[in-house]
Amino acid sequence: MAHMTMGAEGLRSVPALLARNASQFGSSAAYREKEYGIWQSRTWAETAKEVEALALGLLNLGVNEGDFIAIIGRNRPYLYWSMVAAQSVGAIPVPLYQDAVAEEMEYVLDHCGARFAIVNDQEQVDKVIEVQDRLHQFEHMIYLDPRGLRKYDHTRLHQFSHVQDQGRAAYDEFINELQARTAKLDYDSTCVMLYTSGTTGKPKGVVLSNRNIIETAKASSEFDHLKVDDEVLAYLPMAWVGDFIFSIGQAYWSGFCVNCPESPETMMTDLREIAPSYYFAPPRVFETQLTQIMIRMEDSGAFKKKTFDYFMAHARKVGPAILDGHEVSAFDRLKYKLGEVMVYGPLKNALGFSNVRVGYTAGEAIGPEIFDFYRSLGINLKQLYGQTEASVFITQQPDGEVRSDTVGVPSPGVEIRIAENGEVYYRSPGVFVEYYKNAESTADTKDAEGWVATGDAGFIEEATGHLRIIDRAKDVGAMADGAMFAPKYVENKLKFYPNILEAVVFGSGRDRCCAFINIDLTAVGNWAERNNIAYASYQELAGHQQVLDTIQAHIEEVNASIAQDEMLSGCQVHRFLVLHKELDADDGELTRTRKVRRKIIGEKFEDLVNALYDGSTSVYTETEVTYEDGRKGKIKATLEIRDAKVVPASPQRMAAE
Amino acid sequence: MKDTEGYVTADGRQIGGTLMEMRNITLRFGGVVAIQDISFDIREGEVRAIIGPNGAGKSSMLNVISGFYTPSEGEVWYQGTKRPPMKPFEVARQGVARTFQNIALFEGMTVLDNVMTGRLTHMNAGVVSQALWWGKARDEEMENREKVERVIDFLEIQNIRKTPVGRLPYGLKKRVELARALAAEPSLLLLDEPMAGMNVEEKEDMSRFILDVNDEFGTTICLIEHDMGVVMDLSDRVVVMDYGKKIGDGTPDEVRNNQNVIDAYLGVPH
Repeated sequence: MAHMTMGAEGLRSVPALLARNASQFGSSAAYREKEYGIWQSRTWAETAKEVEALALGLLNLGVNEGDFIAIIGRNRPYLYWSMVAAQSVGAIPVPLYQDAVAEEMEYVLDHCGARFAIVNDQEQVDKVIEVQDRLHQFEHMIYLDPRGLRKYDHTRLHQFSHVQDQGRAAYDEFINELQARTAKLDYDSTCVMLYTSGTTGKPKGVVLSNRNIIETAKASSEFDHLKVDDEVLAYLPMAWVGDFIFSIGQAYWSGFCVNCPESPETMMTDLREIAPSYYFAPPRVFETQLTQIMIRMEDSGAFKKKTFDYFMAHARKVGPAILDGHEVSAFDRLKYKLGEVMVYGPLKNALGFSNVRVGYTAGEAIGPEIFDFYRSLGINLKQLYGQTEASVFITQQPDGEVRSDTVGVPSPGVEIRIAENGEVYYRSPGVFVEYYKNAESTADTKDAEGWVATGDAGFIEEATGHLRIIDRAKDVGAMADGAMFAPKYVENKLKFYPNILEAVVFGSGRDRCCAFINIDLTAVGNWAERNNIAYASYQELAGHQQVLDTIQAHIEEVNASIAQDEMLSGCQVHRFLVLHKELDADDGELTRTRKVRRKIIGEKFEDLVNALYDGSTSVYTETEVTYEDGRKGKIKATLEIRDAKVVPASPQRMAAE
Repeated sequence: MKDTEGYVTADGRQIGGTLMEMRNITLRFGGVVAIQDISFDIREGEVRAIIGPNGAGKSSMLNVISGFYTPSEGEVWYQGTKRPPMKPFEVARQGVARTFQNIALFEGMTVLDNVMTGRLTHMNAGVVSQALWWGKARDEEMENREKVERVIDFLEIQNIRKTPVGRLPYGLKKRVELARALAAEPSLLLLDEPMAGMNVEEKEDMSRFILDVNDEFGTTICLIEHDMGVVMDLSDRVVVMDYGKKIGDGTPDEVRNNQNVIDAYLGVPH
């Protein structure tokens, strides 16, 4: 770790880190991408050359300092190089969500006034072309994959490799300019601008400086001892701050290798082949994986199933304790070792987790059963809490202090304060510079002393110093009788059931809580298959009586568990319905990071909400849906509304408890 | 349109000279006349369709082109020379690849291995070398694997590369068949009902791939298809057959307005 002691002096921009890596770790792999069935690697030295060629090409195209360059596509080395090349010429990279529809892109491209875009393929080219006439500042587009683009008008369209070739050809002409621009970058220059997905209203452009990114990357890399030989798999959206920190910030700081999957569909195979040592996934990914494991175990032979159940029970008992280094009897340890050979090892291998040294989950609460399952296998899965405005890290769990119900202690360099109303505030070197062209929102979020409101309500556990998050501060409300209403708290409990994909709880200002439920098609579909239940569509399955029975049972269990909590016992779900369509970001019901947009759902399905509260037993509804290509259609359905049992608000405490 | 210099299509593609020409082909099975005195040509770079009602002799015609049937009368001209009676594998060596109406893949083999079989005509290492996987055989396999991987990438089937074909749904099997045919780097690609039995989405995907193959590799394509909408959208020129006879030949618009074709499809008393 020689480079760590060298300090951050002189390493005040990502291009500077690249130059250091190229000289210090020149021959170790910086990027790998599976292409044509083979993992193609690029060393740091080669990466520096590629980035330089692209940067020269950008100068050749006339990129000015301070220009915004939009970057749209799936995780590929070329697009990561594009970000660094943009920085090298003094421009600001703006990664966009690749699955956004054209209008969403138009808003962002227009808001930042991007002059250039570097995109992956024809799909993205088409979207940008669709809106580019309305973007008066937009000039050139560069694409990676030429397929299907041969006949397009190439006056403002360029192939990535040609831009690099032109850059190499114009080396003598531009190299001095490039070096001068790169040398000018300091801690205060903008490193990247990321648009928040926005649970409410339009996305906001979060400006992050080199200081934000590099200080955060440094602190978090040291926290988890990340090294040059670590491996990550970059598969989460490039527009999301987490990917920027992991695949650019920490990767450039520590010099580890970023692996890019062949395609989104091959992600699981690629994960297994790479076996990353440092891994991040939102709870949803872990949930899906666990659901798949369980489904496959159900389908396996009796002997395998028995072995699996037996050793998993043992793992649940002692696995987490062994991982945390607690006392465990020699016999249990031996049995755990046997389990490792028989079950855990092969299972981890199949999942691609054999080498995971540090794994994180964040973004949403993770179900305790899910969390414990992975930890009991010996995977060091931890939670962190963060947001774009903090360059990710606010709190994280240190090794040995991992629990499913907290989000950990403040990350190095972060101060935390809980306001009167329970809202969590933080201050750190990672705190964003501003919202681009939005001084008002900046002032609302960040005060003069640099404290930033997270928008989440929480408290610090006195005994351990760990932060616990209850809900979004603005979602925490009061019910008609003044009792506390925390929808997310209830929704999370519901979502921990594999059959429930998404839940939306209503109740603010009302006399009782009601809920929308989205079934998980994988889990419920498999159950239907096993029980010989025929269904023709999602809608039909969602309305099936037995499915409703199951969901009702889940809700009643959750009600019983909520009743235990004196503060929140009023949040029990009295009535519910199962939605006839899956909530979808294309319809604006979820954000691109798949968070529920409560208000929009409430407005869109107003008829359904009313039906929940007016006591009717069924409701007819028509819903507009947007297809992936932007066309719209309608689905009609009659939904059944059911009552769920609630438990009296003040539970009798059992003597035994 | 019968000039040998080729023509320019409606969407601006330059079509070359004649690649294959069928001259007065007649095919008999005993007393049954499957094809009766049919002539047409296929030009370099075009998408040529053969359509017709059930039992019109379309598949028989494709089998004549691929060398599976030897015509009872008439001549097949390919790349400017008259083709002597040939075995199908000899025709394949000449650069003609095909897919089948009712999928003919090796169900127990993976997608990758199936597509690799498409390269067989390009491999000529000896048995010993292949068995030991050494020397020429190894170099050859690596070179061929690279070509195959490009096809896999092109048809976007990376995620099923190692999946046994038997486990795939129908639409994907069709795509694997196309992949195998493409792996042979054919100059003429014959597709026997590539869209049969597919849903709308699968049809759209397949149409896209057929156009992309034609566009990217410049491969000449001759296809048989039932779905009129698909044929009219995809092809540059169409031959229409009915009861073993050619009743129409021309651009989709010409064919659509041809009274014989309308009669054959809507039915008139014979």
